[in-house]
Amino acid sequence: MYWTGRGKALGLLYLAPAVVFVALFTAYPLLQMVWMSFHNWSILQPAKWVGAANYLKAYNDRQFWVSLGFTLKYTIYLTPILMIGGFLIALLVAPNTWLRRVTRGIVFVPVVIGLSASSLLWYWLFSYRNGLVNRFLLDVGIVEKPIVWFGEDADRALWAVIISIVWKVIGFGMLLFVAAIQAIPQEINEATMVDGAGYWQRVWRITLPLTARTILVVTLFSIIGSLLAFDQFFLMTAGQPFNQTATSVFWLYLNSFPYLKLGYGATLSLILAAIILACTIVQMWLSRRTHA
Amino acid sequence: MTTVSASYALQGRQTSRALLRDFWDGRAKYLAGAVCIAICAIMLAPLVLTVLSSFKSTIEQAALPPTYFTHAISLDSYAKLWSYQDGLLVYVFNSAATAILAIVFSLALTIPAGYALARFPVPGKEYFFVFLLLALIVPYQALITPIFFMFAKLKLTNTLVGLAIVHTAIHIPFSLYIMRNSFDAVPRELEEAAVIDGCNSWQALVKIYLPAIRPAIVTVSLFAFITSWNEFLAALVIMNRGSTFTLPLVLAAARQETSIGGTDWGMLQAGVTISIIPCVLFYLLLQKYYVSGFLSGVVK
Repeated sequence: MYWTGRGKALGLLYLAPAVVFVALFTAYPLLQMVWMSFHNWSILQPAKWVGAANYLKAYNDRQFWVSLGFTLKYTIYLTPILMIGGFLIALLVAPNTWLRRVTRGIVFVPVVIGLSASSLLWYWLFSYRNGLVNRFLLDVGIVEKPIVWFGEDADRALWAVIISIVWKVIGFGMLLFVAAIQAIPQEINEATMVDGAGYWQRVWRITLPLTARTILVVTLFSIIGSLLAFDQFFLMTAGQPFNQTATSVFWLYLNSFPYLKLGYGATLSLILAAIILACTIVQMWLSRRTHA
Repeated sequence: MTTVSASYALQGRQTSRALLRDFWDGRAKYLAGAVCIAICAIMLAPLVLTVLSSFKSTIEQAALPPTYFTHAISLDSYAKLWSYQDGLLVYVFNSAATAILAIVFSLALTIPAGYALARFPVPGKEYFFVFLLLALIVPYQALITPIFFMFAKLKLTNTLVGLAIVHTAIHIPFSLYIMRNSFDAVPRELEEAAVIDGCNSWQALVKIYLPAIRPAIVTVSLFAFITSWNEFLAALVIMNRGSTFTLPLVLAAARQETSIGGTDWGMLQAGVTISIIPCVLFYLLLQKYYVSGFLSGVVK
């Protein structure tokens, strides 16, 4: 039963604060960002219309492409590890035994702590002289000399960050996969067991197809998250060596804030927003299509 | 005859295969258990080693090669962190106050909005809903440049309220989604009874709905807290005066701090430990809200 009579007006009244808030702090900045991207602008000087010059500048900006390429590389390396790893762990811990519940709970712990805290934690573990990773590798005899993880080689730094992020977020996919696996009706599994299908056959023919929708949604979620990576690189690699490990968000941050090129920063933001928007559209399309 | 012996042979083969499978199943059970324990150990090791290391003495911190386990418990690192720059308490206060403001803002905005969307014949309702989810489509990392500019004009930079506003903006789509669903799930009979008793819509919200949607309120508050307490980029951009730093910012600053010839790892570990404590505590206390929040926020 709706509140009759003044229902429409009352409803709008209840809705108004949230709408005003989003208009002020999300929609307005979005419009302003578009406007800023066509201007040459720093806080000190008045804005000057420059047309598409900022976009042209991005096109010719070597670091823009380096950052975009590095961000894509990070995303392409990280996503399969997270999805396959998360799914395998989910398969392992989906049954509701005591040990598996505990394992689930523990794998999820890093998800709830902050990304900055986990980045600094791993920054220490990977540090050259005082880090336990190097101590361990030396003790086991895998390496003869400690490894310089950060600041020397972009790929090595990338792998160190990827290890830390896998630890940090693998529980996220696992949790959603476990829910999807547990939602499979028990009869289907039993029917295929009677047919004599082995465990991996069942996984391949039953579990995977029936959890495909969740896997797709989580994959897109993870891709979007990776394309927006910032904290872990800012805190662990600081973009070194020579901004080779500066992600897209990192590069727009550097332009907008330390360099105060707000117009160019807005242009970079808009390009990034467009890339993310494309991913979001794919995600919505996928989840609607597989939903039916 | 031949069919009988053939079926015997088949049976025999099946039994031996079943035996083999039982054998492997038995093995697999122990193997799976061992893998579970190994995974737990790998996941816990970085946390445990960091927390333990935060209790090393300054001398042990400097040891080369570094020790795995702390030999003697010492509060040196915490003492240094306690009096670091403006003092630990200032930063914990800034982080906690911002998080509490973000919780209050999120609830104050999305409870009425969820109520309106679920229970009122608002014209163009679905358009409003999509508009309120705008932050899902435009990542705040991209909006941070214009937001900074706007805040500079409104004098909201270096204020906890300003940072809480950004954190609320990040959190609104999730929060609204949870609220709308849980208002939808409240049986309409409850509300009808209230109307017959002569309640107006506000009284019905306070007396009938708020108790009924308590789980949603807990979920939204929990996620608002975690988002705000851990958020880094917006804080980095908006807070540039030392006394307004939140915990993640002061840790980032401490990363550059050096003691005897290198980063002061002990202080960093102590800071990481402190910033992790509320997250893990809430996780242990409110695990079921975490799980339901993640499931409804992502998949549906």
